[in-house]
Amino acid sequence: MYDCIIIGCGIIGAAAAYELSKYRLNVAVLEKGNDVAMGTTRANSAIIHAGYDPEPGTVMARLNVEGNRLAAELAGKLDIPYKAVGSLVLAFDETDLGTIQHLYENGVANGVPDIRLLSAEETLAMEPHLSREVKGALYAPSAGIVSPWEYALALAETAVRNGVELHLDSDVTAIEALPEGGWRLATSSGVYEAKAVINAAGVHSDAVHNLAVKPDFKIIPNRGEYYLLDKSEGTRVSHVIFQCPSAVGKGVLVSPTIHGNLIVGPNAEDVGDGDNTACTASGLEFVMNTARRSVPDINFRDSIRNFAGVRAVSDQPDFIIQEAAPRFIDLAGIKSPGLSAAPAIAIEAAGMLEKSGIALEKKDSFIDERRRVRFSELTPEEKNELIKENPLYGRVICRCETVTEGEIVAALHTPIPPRSVDGVKRRVNAGMGRCQGGFCGPRVVEILSREGKVPPTEVLQDGVGTNLLTGETKMGGRE
Amino acid sequence: MMKEYQLIVVGGGPAGLAAACKAYESGLRDILIIERDKEAGGILNQCIHNGFGLHYFKEELTGPEYAGRFIDSVRETSAEVLLDTMVLQVTEGDGGVKLVHCVGAKDGYQILRAKTVVLSMGCRERTRGAIGIPGARPAGVFTAGAAQRYLNMEGYMVGRRVVILGSGDIGLIMARRMTLEGAKVLACVEVMPYSGGLTRNIVQCLEDYGIPLYLSHTIVDVVGRERVERVVVAKVDENRRPIPGTEMTFDCDTILLSVGLIPENELTRGAGITMDPRTNGAVVYENMETSLPGVFACGNVVHVHDLVDFVTQESQRAGAAAARHVLEGAADAEGAISVETGGAVGYTVPQKIRVGNLPGKTCDLFFRVRRIFGDSVIRVTAENGEVIAQYPREHMAPGEMEHIMLPKVRLEKAGGKITVSAEEKEENAQ
Repeated sequence: MYDCIIIGCGIIGAAAAYELSKYRLNVAVLEKGNDVAMGTTRANSAIIHAGYDPEPGTVMARLNVEGNRLAAELAGKLDIPYKAVGSLVLAFDETDLGTIQHLYENGVANGVPDIRLLSAEETLAMEPHLSREVKGALYAPSAGIVSPWEYALALAETAVRNGVELHLDSDVTAIEALPEGGWRLATSSGVYEAKAVINAAGVHSDAVHNLAVKPDFKIIPNRGEYYLLDKSEGTRVSHVIFQCPSAVGKGVLVSPTIHGNLIVGPNAEDVGDGDNTACTASGLEFVMNTARRSVPDINFRDSIRNFAGVRAVSDQPDFIIQEAAPRFIDLAGIKSPGLSAAPAIAIEAAGMLEKSGIALEKKDSFIDERRRVRFSELTPEEKNELIKENPLYGRVICRCETVTEGEIVAALHTPIPPRSVDGVKRRVNAGMGRCQGGFCGPRVVEILSREGKVPPTEVLQDGVGTNLLTGETKMGGRE
Repeated sequence: MMKEYQLIVVGGGPAGLAAACKAYESGLRDILIIERDKEAGGILNQCIHNGFGLHYFKEELTGPEYAGRFIDSVRETSAEVLLDTMVLQVTEGDGGVKLVHCVGAKDGYQILRAKTVVLSMGCRERTRGAIGIPGARPAGVFTAGAAQRYLNMEGYMVGRRVVILGSGDIGLIMARRMTLEGAKVLACVEVMPYSGGLTRNIVQCLEDYGIPLYLSHTIVDVVGRERVERVVVAKVDENRRPIPGTEMTFDCDTILLSVGLIPENELTRGAGITMDPRTNGAVVYENMETSLPGVFACGNVVHVHDLVDFVTQESQRAGAAAARHVLEGAADAEGAISVETGGAVGYTVPQKIRVGNLPGKTCDLFFRVRRIFGDSVIRVTAENGEVIAQYPREHMAPGEMEHIMLPKVRLEKAGGKITVSAEEKEENAQ
């Protein structure tokens, strides 16, 4: 019997696991995918919002601003790629100027630090590639950019280092209230029991809720499509550039990514299926045209990837953070600014657990740090020293991002080792660059095969069933 | 002080090997080739089909055989080959010395010094993201070259039922290769109204195996959750936009992309060398020298070639020029003619000609046209509009590189710029 089981290991489940791993609790995380961060967490705008969007008094407002502060702190402790580059919300006409005035007031009320309104001249001086149509902007210096999957991974890894059990490939299929209190969960990897359950199942959080409790909210999956552009476009803007938000979301943004690329998107479309991450020609065209209103000279010929993610929008206006049944806590409907609010949501969840009677006693020996080698960021001397220690760091596997075999092998020995080529990509950036794994893909397959002692035909691109190779050739590579 | 090489060649593919051999032949002795792979030969090592060398060796070789000849030639020189080593940066040091920053498992991170550098890093394939194919993103979408590596180097199949997008040569070669390995290649789909590959490959790799080529078609949807399950293909209009109602569905588990090659010039850009947006390669002079004196470029890193034979010849010019730079001093950069393009000529290499620096009586000029030409003429005009050279052609296509030799005597009187254009003959007659 676990003290607590967390369902889902996206950013919310990972943050909850990290938070609970500070205490003397027996915690397990059940994730249906073969890796952490397999849903919304890996396909979004990768922004830590400042917190001026949510209306004052909402849970979103409170947790966004707090989450923003915590993100900066966690990034330092857990080696999460993050930078507070600041954001601009552009106004193009009188209505927009009214909107940014309103957002400014929200920001002040929500406690967003150093937020201010800029004139058109000030805005263009900060961002020379913006449209000359800009009439003014709202500037929030505390907005940041982050690697969302590494954020989730860092939190989950640290949780595992501190004793949390992570069970991958564990799709929860039934939840039953135990007569003596607590819950029994049937999953694709076996049966688990816990005194308390935290539902962090993202786009499927309504379905998970409904397994345990009577329905009281609905997720309306909403897809957003993106362009990711080559690093040659990565300095087109230096802040997160928003347009004024509308009823459907924060609109199409243009932003540098923490990896040095340019991200452009998303649109917003209800898709019914929470796993439908396909891109569409019309969606991408809308994104391109809308983004050009902010930054007319983006060179979309330098696109290296399109992707889409699905927001866990619910039929409620605010985040759904509730004890739906005794010791069954929903962290649901975590739409934007969910990534930004994640660590604050986790603290909120821990507080609810405590209120429900689960004692939170701090561990004496909580490991609260994490470091990994990022070869390309080292000085020549550091590179040399590392290669002397381990020659694998001298072998560049991904030429676009300068990722070495040493980094890949090190990732395979972390608490949550990658099980796929994309898992390697999320950990060390191999294959994330302009050739999109064209050159390094076969080499990563070889390393996964060698280190995992499995034939290359069993190496996965991504989730279960995504095998890259279908068999040997007639000669099987023999001469 | 650390050793200073006369020449460092970045990349040990066909271009780098030929440049190094020629530089040795032209008198250089301290030559280093740096290759990131475990062996030299570059992309030719995975091109196990034949058809290489018909122009240069007047015989038909496979890719590894063609590369092997140059690897053997390099062995007979004093050139060193540093394998498994990646060049991260090329910079300029005091007195014009070139600093080549590289990293390898054996020697760690080091900064090597050279009087001259030849850049021959080759090219990479355009990806799905570059052309924005809509649909899901399951496993089973490969660039043709990556698939070729899996089959020919690693010995693994990438799929059983295949649709190929793009009719570049690698895609065509892979259509045949996959078929010979027992896969079913359902279609080759090309968005343009003409093929991007060599005619001989259309015949030998598609027609001979009954694989349909759909010109003016593209993929409009990819379906599949884990692995590709099917693709939807539609006809496109003259603006390359899909025409509703023309959709065809193919049940397949694999998509191979052969949608173009991009010269791999991150080092070149990093060194501050002037680039040509039309080729995505460096702007080069008649001797393949870039805007940075003493740095030369050749092969697919300059412009994408159709045949390796031409890569060899171009690279020999670069190697000879590097030797001349070391042994006789820098070329006089004054009075360079700039080569402009007109009439559906996409680009030229070289883009600049220093007539005084030409070693022979002619200047080789390469280019590609942007559409299909029938009976036509290539015309070179001087700055004052006077035609200084004409070359008749029966047929020209974007998939095939054009080569003309400009007489030095005509260039001497051409002024500050010349224009290369192509016109169909019927048009002139009117």
